[in-house]
Amino acid sequence: MDKKTAVYICTGCGIGDALDIEKLSGIATDDYSIPVCKDHPFLCGPEGVDLIKKDMEEEGINTVIIAACSLRVNYDVFDFGSDKIVERVNLREQVAWSHEPGNEDTQMLGEDNLRMGCVKAKDTQLPVPFKADEAYSKDILIVGGGVAGLTAALETAKAGYQAVLVEKEEKLGGFMSKMKSLVTLPYKELSETGIDDLVKSVEDNPKIKVYTGSSVEKVGGGPGLFSVEIKSNGNVNSEKVGAVVQATGWVPYDANKLDHLGYGKFKDVITNVEMEEMAAAGKITRPSDGKEVKNVLFVQCAGSRDPEHLPYCSSVCCLVSLKQAAYVKEQNPEAVNYVLYKDIRTVGQAEDFYRKGQNDGDIFIRGTVSDVGEAGGKLYVEADDELLGEKVKVEELDLVVLAVGMVPAAKPEVTPRIKAPADTEGADEEGMIEVLPDSGFFATSALHLDYRQGPELPTLKYGFPDSHFICFPYETRRTGIYAAGCVRKPMETARAIDDAAGAAMKAIQCAEATAQGIAVHPRAGDMSFPEFAMQRCTQCKRCTEECPFGAINEDEKANPLPSPTRCRRCGVCMGACPERIISFKNYSVGMIGNMIKAIEVPEEDEEKPRVLALVCENDAYPALDMAGIKKMKWSPYIRFIPVRCLGSVNLVWVADAMSRGIDGILLLGCRHGDDYQCHFIKGSELAETRLSKVSETLDRLALESDRVRYVEVSITDYDKIPGMLDEFMETIEEVGPNPYKGW
Amino acid sequence: MVDAQSTNQSILVVGGGMSGLTAALEAAEAGYEVVLIEKNPYLGGRVAQMYHYFPKLCPPNCGLEINFRRMKQSSKIRFFSMAELAGVSGQEGDYDVTVKVSPRYVNEKCTCCGKCAEVCDAEIDDPFNYGMDRIKAAYLPHEFAFPMRYVLDSSIVGTEEGKKCRDACEYGAIDLDMKESTFDLKVGSIVWAAGWTPYDATKIEYYGFGEYKNVITNVMMERLASPNGPTGGKILRPSDGKEVKNVAFIQCAGSRDENYLPYCSGICCLASLKQATYLREQYPDCDATIFFIDIRALDRLEDFYTKVQEDEKVTFIKSKIANITENEESLDLLVEGEDTRTGGQIRMTFDLVVLATGMVPNKMEFEPSPEVSYDEYGFLSYDPEKAGIYGAGCVRRPTDVASCVQDATAAALKAIQSIARR
Repeated sequence: MDKKTAVYICTGCGIGDALDIEKLSGIATDDYSIPVCKDHPFLCGPEGVDLIKKDMEEEGINTVIIAACSLRVNYDVFDFGSDKIVERVNLREQVAWSHEPGNEDTQMLGEDNLRMGCVKAKDTQLPVPFKADEAYSKDILIVGGGVAGLTAALETAKAGYQAVLVEKEEKLGGFMSKMKSLVTLPYKELSETGIDDLVKSVEDNPKIKVYTGSSVEKVGGGPGLFSVEIKSNGNVNSEKVGAVVQATGWVPYDANKLDHLGYGKFKDVITNVEMEEMAAAGKITRPSDGKEVKNVLFVQCAGSRDPEHLPYCSSVCCLVSLKQAAYVKEQNPEAVNYVLYKDIRTVGQAEDFYRKGQNDGDIFIRGTVSDVGEAGGKLYVEADDELLGEKVKVEELDLVVLAVGMVPAAKPEVTPRIKAPADTEGADEEGMIEVLPDSGFFATSALHLDYRQGPELPTLKYGFPDSHFICFPYETRRTGIYAAGCVRKPMETARAIDDAAGAAMKAIQCAEATAQGIAVHPRAGDMSFPEFAMQRCTQCKRCTEECPFGAINEDEKANPLPSPTRCRRCGVCMGACPERIISFKNYSVGMIGNMIKAIEVPEEDEEKPRVLALVCENDAYPALDMAGIKKMKWSPYIRFIPVRCLGSVNLVWVADAMSRGIDGILLLGCRHGDDYQCHFIKGSELAETRLSKVSETLDRLALESDRVRYVEVSITDYDKIPGMLDEFMETIEEVGPNPYKGW
Repeated sequence: MVDAQSTNQSILVVGGGMSGLTAALEAAEAGYEVVLIEKNPYLGGRVAQMYHYFPKLCPPNCGLEINFRRMKQSSKIRFFSMAELAGVSGQEGDYDVTVKVSPRYVNEKCTCCGKCAEVCDAEIDDPFNYGMDRIKAAYLPHEFAFPMRYVLDSSIVGTEEGKKCRDACEYGAIDLDMKESTFDLKVGSIVWAAGWTPYDATKIEYYGFGEYKNVITNVMMERLASPNGPTGGKILRPSDGKEVKNVAFIQCAGSRDENYLPYCSGICCLASLKQATYLREQYPDCDATIFFIDIRALDRLEDFYTKVQEDEKVTFIKSKIANITENEESLDLLVEGEDTRTGGQIRMTFDLVVLATGMVPNKMEFEPSPEVSYDEYGFLSYDPEKAGIYGAGCVRRPTDVASCVQDATAAALKAIQSIARR
């Protein structure tokens, strides 16, 4: 595009009082030879906007630099359509509102911000959405034919999309087809499972193609372009789909590990799963002799909430035991149910079903099992009763039901081991190391992804491929692949049904967005994508290793093979590349480098240090704005550049800044570690790691490593930001001026 | 005033909290036209008033910021703040709805410069802080408010104060003649995500809320801990502003009780566990006592419970507290009940008591109201026979943020199906 650029400076909201606007205009017109530079006292008002629009119409201006408020506000007012480039220069929140008006340093700050804006407008290009050569598919693959998978397929079809459902068993229905009854909203009485109707409506739906007795052998490609191989009856079928839902369900915790509860030792000690199957088959009897049951005891948290077994709570077992107690009562109203529990966890309206159990005469004992034994052909259970503060012994039991928890089907029985890179800590003699759940190599086979970063979805520590984010439960580290139902986390049927619809929504959305060439969450709608100048690639593999979303495979020569539809546009690859061959149309190493070079660095004797701060645009940048809105003050010597993610920070920028004589570099990013907040998973962590390597280099150059620092900032830390910045400035004062100044 | 053209291909989302925002964004990002209306002058709902989420102890504003960004880039969503649903007629695929917009007295010319607030001398109770402090009657609802625009409280309209504010605005943004208005929309489906209201704790008379200053609710505790709250983030006693040393959390305050809220609100246990961590972070010597019936930390949230249990300054006592009385001099609180574990009497004194009150769903209370079903507690139930209007989030069941988002994503698909069916 042939750029015709104009600069508009707003003098409202105190900007005109804080800055010498005429001098500022001179930067644009003289230093950057931008022919049109106008100021207006109320640029976001109708008159101001008209002024810009008029220039666009009459002068053919297509690139505008708005030097006014933060880009976070008036985004709609300054939106002139997708064929115009708009760069925002923050003169309000981060200049006029946070620094002394009319001061020389404030002026220099405003001027530098404008310089950076002018350079950015010059270097940026309008993004063109990615378009693959082959046609996109919007069909949805659903792996798993239990209640979650069936629901996902049906909901997909109801929205007008084609679904492909793959189930490993010969019949659809999953665990639910083994269930007798359901307890669900409104949690008053038992209800039918309805699974047969659900299966039938899936089988009868012309938009759903069902593969039973089948497995997914390979998923290649990316969103919109997934090529799937399905093994079915000895044949391999190919399907092309736009997105994937993994609903592979759960398996019960292995009760053989619970011999302290008598499982395996006494025939009449069974699991809740066995109880359900027995009830569904017809009659609940004693497995030992087939006789009637009269006294039943349920042991809650059998292996759950137990660091030796499953440390987590499986959410459903309380309700399941209450349901099964109701079966017992239904069969024999004279029967007695005992429930031995830690906490009864019937949340929401499900409390009603707990109340029903209490009203029906079920006996609840809060305590833990100390012994399970047999006397006179009947079982007894001894427990420490927490409420009575003494041991209780429940005797004459016909049946003891262990409420075992859910293990995600994704969790391997034995943690897999892979070949570790040389010198890895913890590797065995053969150089093998246990893989982390966090990697794509941990989970058991379900998808067979053809991804360099592993064949399955990364999981959280207990093996659930759930999202790490509270606000975004469908966040996924493999774009276009969403987990649903109990494989994602333990959940009751009512929630699994909702979850399946949610996952189907995300899958459809990803297929739609991909077809338009735009990104999905969190940079939804972004049209830019990374382009690789392959002729300069040195096959170092950093981009393929560090991409948080597995978007870049490798060929056998270690050349990166980017899959743009898997990409989330964070720029981590751009930050990783030592050869700087990766760039976006509107975000590149060169562009930010030029912005850094645009910062005026005063001579040493002026005693005006300069610090460059590269800040996460989602959290740290808004926090700075907030500090500005609160009219907090901080050092005018710091220049802020927002970045997509700290993971996109390329170390050459540090070198650029240092060689310009900039005295210090600050990286402001999100919390990392177990409770990381980086929306690109490891961006801030990568940045800190990379920065530590720079420190070594700086030491070698006799430049103090104190000059670079990573600081964790959350979006609500605005009250702490001025302090953080001032503290770093003190360090810089102590270290003294950068010796490269003026070179 | 409103250019709210829409067709029966559009989705109306009512409520701009986490559930409503999510439903609107998910549908819009799949290519559907959405109109989002929110009663408050800002989007974000209850989560905007929270300090941290459990179990990560991260700030809700982080996720809201992302959602607002998604909203800014989407051409498919139009939203209206201070707007409420006032009437619905028609059926799936073809609804006529009426939206009522309350006057903000500040128009889109507002630059957020703050001059009106500077000159304004009138004050109001801050609704964002549940009335725990006073703010100017010309105000920005909070720093992260989206849209970032001031509001003039109606109490100063028609007064000299109002005129003073108007005259101080350099941008002509204050319009004292604004009136309540309505507009009509045609939509194909509706997502009801109007959220919840904290249970009115004054109803539980024996806890003395409203009478004893140092008995507060869990939602108020969130504001006390927030840096933009009434105390700048310092947890202080409301009666005298003193630091706290010994705090009680009373779980199921009104919940799981057939005299008040028979159901369990699902989140209060974790909220109190979380708030105990706020306390312990601020006051290394402060004791926290949690009185509970059952601690309900589902799935991996159990880890968070385990972590809090490891703190020896946090004590858990299984008890349904029967009574609270205030010491008239110290304004400390005597908490009484039976320790269900030991059978002993509890008589303990605290300087602050936090009532873990539950959630009450917000229902459609207007005429004409569409035919929807509620359960006996007022939660919207899904009836496949009456498709077209879908509940999302806490209007369906009391639940945490992640589940609300999950539910709202599902509701977005349902809303799309109603349009696809045409």
